[in-house]
Parts: sequence; structure tokens; C-alpha cells
Amino acid sequence: MKWIINFLFSSIGKKIIMSLTGLFLISFLPVHLLGNFQLMAGDGGEAFNTYAYFMTNNPLIKFTSYGLYFFILLHAVQGIMIAIKNKSAKGSNYKVSTYKNKTWASNNMAFLGILIFAFLCIHMGDFWFKMKFTSQIAMIDTYPGYEGIGVKDLYTRVAAAFSQLWIVIVYLIGLLALGFHLVHGFSSAFQTLGLNHKKYTPLIKGLGYAYSVLIPLGFAIIPIWMYFK
Amino acid sequence: MKLNLKIWRQKNSNDKGHYEAHSVEATGDMSFLEMMDVLNEQLINDKKEPVAFEHDCREGICGSCNMVINGQPHGPQSGTTTCQLHMRHFKDGDDIVIEPARAAAFPVIKDLVVDRSSFDDIIQAGGYISVNTGQAPDGNSIPIEKDMAMQAFDAATCIGCGACVAACPNGSAMLFTSAKVAHLGLLPQGKVEHTRRVQSMVATMDKEGFGMCSNIGACEAECPKGISIENIAMLNRSYIASVFGGQK
Ligand code: HEM
Ligand code: SF4
Ligand code: FES
Repeated sequence: MKWIINFLFSSIGKKIIMSLTGLFLISFLPVHLLGNFQLMAGDGGEAFNTYAYFMTNNPLIKFTSYGLYFFILLHAVQGIMIAIKNKSAKGSNYKVSTYKNKTWASNNMAFLGILIFAFLCIHMGDFWFKMKFTSQIAMIDTYPGYEGIGVKDLYTRVAAAFSQLWIVIVYLIGLLALGFHLVHGFSSAFQTLGLNHKKYTPLIKGLGYAYSVLIPLGFAIIPIWMYFK
Repeated sequence: MKLNLKIWRQKNSNDKGHYEAHSVEATGDMSFLEMMDVLNEQLINDKKEPVAFEHDCREGICGSCNMVINGQPHGPQSGTTTCQLHMRHFKDGDDIVIEPARAAAFPVIKDLVVDRSSFDDIIQAGGYISVNTGQAPDGNSIPIEKDMAMQAFDAATCIGCGACVAACPNGSAMLFTSAKVAHLGLLPQGKVEHTRRVQSMVATMDKEGFGMCSNIGACEAECPKGISIENIAMLNRSYIASVFGGQK
């Protein structure tokens, strides 16, 4: 088993963990976004609450979600450790530094990641934690056929949050950080896995840009729409 | 032309180091190193300590002359080593800041000279073919696909100058190591030991204290031999295969 430890603690192994966990998060976001679009269904929250109930009670999804929490933490802790190691591996810096090809995003992955992490804490604390561990979110059984099941009215909590301007702004900052993180991260993850080829790398880069604009934009529309509604 | 130099001076690895200003008269057909020679003659005439810098072939093939010129390893001309950089790329009155390559794994020995023995250690860990492959074989006696040969040859042009490490904000040696792994691993003679080579060169690279690759690409932009980060992807692939592949 020594080989697997060696692998996980090698420089390339550490980066492969970053890449795989990052790609897992990348595959999760569109699913999350599609679910969230039901906040804009205009049905007083029935579709969204049904979806939220399904997501918190389906065993398969519950299992996947624990994987998700673990991967976010692993990605975040590993990312910070990599950033610290890389800083010390450079040592002192130049008086004049150019660092060609270095984009703002690629040089600030850890900073952007910390912003995303702070955002996630606020986000999970406000909705997920309150829904799972407190009774602050009321039960709703006025939907036909939902009597006695115990569906929580998360919609009302979300609507209340997004009626406050500062929360909307916090969300927009978080999403902006996510967009920049992914502008570099998306294609970087493929290069880390060793996937770089003239045939498909331009496609990955293009997809990466599209993803890092469209997904955060999709998420951003929801709080803005709910704020102005 | 008159140039205003600001040069890093450091007595030894324990010295903190500082920048020193000098001005020098150069002509356009001098190489950058010849301009440094003029400066050193001047310093010697003034009974001052000349600036230590590394050089050997002065024809762009040995890789010893890397220094960071206005923030760029080997200076502003792309695909060119410091010794092949000519002063005609500068203008009269230019300010030029000259610094050593900076990375924790490349400690400064003196002025612009850094200790690159960490590169030697990486090479010693696997940058060779163990068996004597004899005289140059007859052409075409070992079949090698043309594209493969070209790719290996491109990687083999790496001169081990360390500009990639100097250019990298993480002080990573991935471009150098990947060039060596690609150069040897793509050819039939080197393929035999590919798996072991990848494992031990990466382990040594880590041990020497180089940083990890953030896929920024500063290295390939500054490499005087145009080594591409496609080689780094190949190294990553080979590393994954070496861990999960056949050998125990
Ligand atoms: C939770 C907070 C987060 C932190 C602290 C964080 C930190 C980092 C850091 C420091 C890197 C750069 C690693 C390097 O330079 O080698 C990175 C890369 C990456 N991150 Fe994050 N990140 C976070 C969240 C996310 C999220 C939510 C996603 C996706 C939706 C994501 C996707 C990626 C990807 C794809 C990479 C590229 C991996 C590679 O270079 O191979 N990250 N992250
Ligand atoms: S990869 Fe390029 S920059 Fe790095 S050591 Fe080789 S020749 Fe120099
Ligand atoms: S002195 Fe040999 S490459 Fe410049």
C-alpha cells in the first residue's frame, strides 16, 4: 500500500487530487443550477420545495452529497497547502517581474478559493444548516397530496434571504470568484490529468470559458430575479 | 549606447544581497554577455569585485548563462539564450535590471550564479539509458515513427538552463523534468526504463524542493528552446500510468 501513499503525497498526485475533486465540483454545479431554476417557477415554491425534499431524503443523493462535502473540504485544504508550498518553493521574488502568460486568475487561485469557501459557509449556514438542523424553517402541507409528509418550506426562507440587498451582493461576489476560479481551473484540470492535445485542447479551453461564464451567470440570475420580484 | 544597469550583488549564499547601479557603454553587435564583460573590465580597472555570472559555450547550447533581465529569464528576445541576445534589442539610455534565477531549489552562490545541482540530481535519478547502446546505428535499422522522432527531438533540445524554474511563480521544475522524460521515453532505447525513470525523476524533483505546476505556462513562454507544456501533460500521464500500471 506504500505506493498509494507515495502517489497521494507526490507533487503530481496532489495536483491530480485537485483536478479530480475540481472536476467533480464542476459536474455538480449544472445539476444544482437546474434544480435552483425552479425557484423561478412562479408557483409559490411548490416545485422548488418538492425538489429540495427529494434532494434531502433520497438515499442515493444523500450519499453523493456526503461525497460532495468531503471533496469540497479536500479540495480546499489541499489547495491551500499547495499554495503555501508553492510560495515557499519560489522563495524571494524579482525586483522586476513579468511572469509571461500568468493571468490574474491563475495567480490567485487560492485567494479566489478562499472567497468561494467563505461564500459556501454563508450559503450552507443560511439554507442547508437551518433546514437540516434547526426548526427555523416551517413545515408546509398545503400542497395537494403532501399532507403529513413533512416538506419544509425552504422556498420562503430563500425568498426572504434574497429580498435583502446585501445577501444578493454577497452571492454575486461569490459567483464572480467562482467564475474567475474556473476560467483558469477548468482547462487546468485537464492539463493536470495529462490531457493536452492539439486536437481537443482548444475545445476544452472553449468549453471552459463558456462554462465559467454561463454557470455563474445562471446562478446569479436567481437572486437578482427574486430580489426584484 | 549607454545603459544603466541595476545588478544583484551577493557575496555568498549567506549574504542578504543588494542591487548595485552601474553604467556601461555598449554597441549593438555585442552580446549581452559581452556587455557584461565590458562592465567587469571596468570594475577590475576600478579595483572592484567583478560581477559573477555563469557562461560557457556562448553559442546557445550549454544552458549555463541564464540570468533574469528586466524580469525575463534570458531577457526580452524569445527563443534566445542570454549569450545569443544582442544589445541591438536595447536602446541608448535603457535601464536594465539583472537578477539571478530565483527559486528555493536554486540558491544563489554568488551574484548572478545559482546552484543548479538540483537539476543534476534529477538527471542522475533517471535522465539516462542504463545500457550502452553502442555506436550510432545505421539509419532506419530501428524503426521510429517520424512524428515520434520529431517530438522526442523537440524535447531533447532542452539545455537545462533553468529558465523555466526562474520563470515559474511556483519555482517548479516540471518543464525541465518533462522534457527529459519525453526525450528519452518516446524513443525505443529509452522506453524500456520509462516507468522507473518517471517515478524516480519525479520523486527527486519533489525532494529537491521545487514547487508544483499550476499550469500557468510562464515556463514555456520563457524557455529559450521553446519546450511546450504538452510535455508536462505527457509527464503527468506517464506518472499516472507508472503508479497504476503494470510494474509492482
Ligand atoms: C472551497 C473553496 C476552494 C478552494 C480553497 C480552492 C482552491 C483551489 C486552488 C488553490 C487551486 C489551484 C491549485 C494549483 O495551483 O495547483 C484550485 C484549482 C482548481 N479548483 Fe478550486 N478551490 C475551491 C473551490 C472550487 C470549486 C467550487 C470548484 C468547481 C466548481 C473548483 C474547481 C477547481 C479546478 C477545476 C481547479 C483546477 C485543478 C488543476 O489545476 O488541476 N474549486 N482550487
Ligand atoms: S525546459 Fe527550456 S527553460 Fe527549462 S531547462 Fe530546458 S531549455 Fe531551459
Ligand atoms: S553560454 Fe552556453 S547557452 Fe549561453
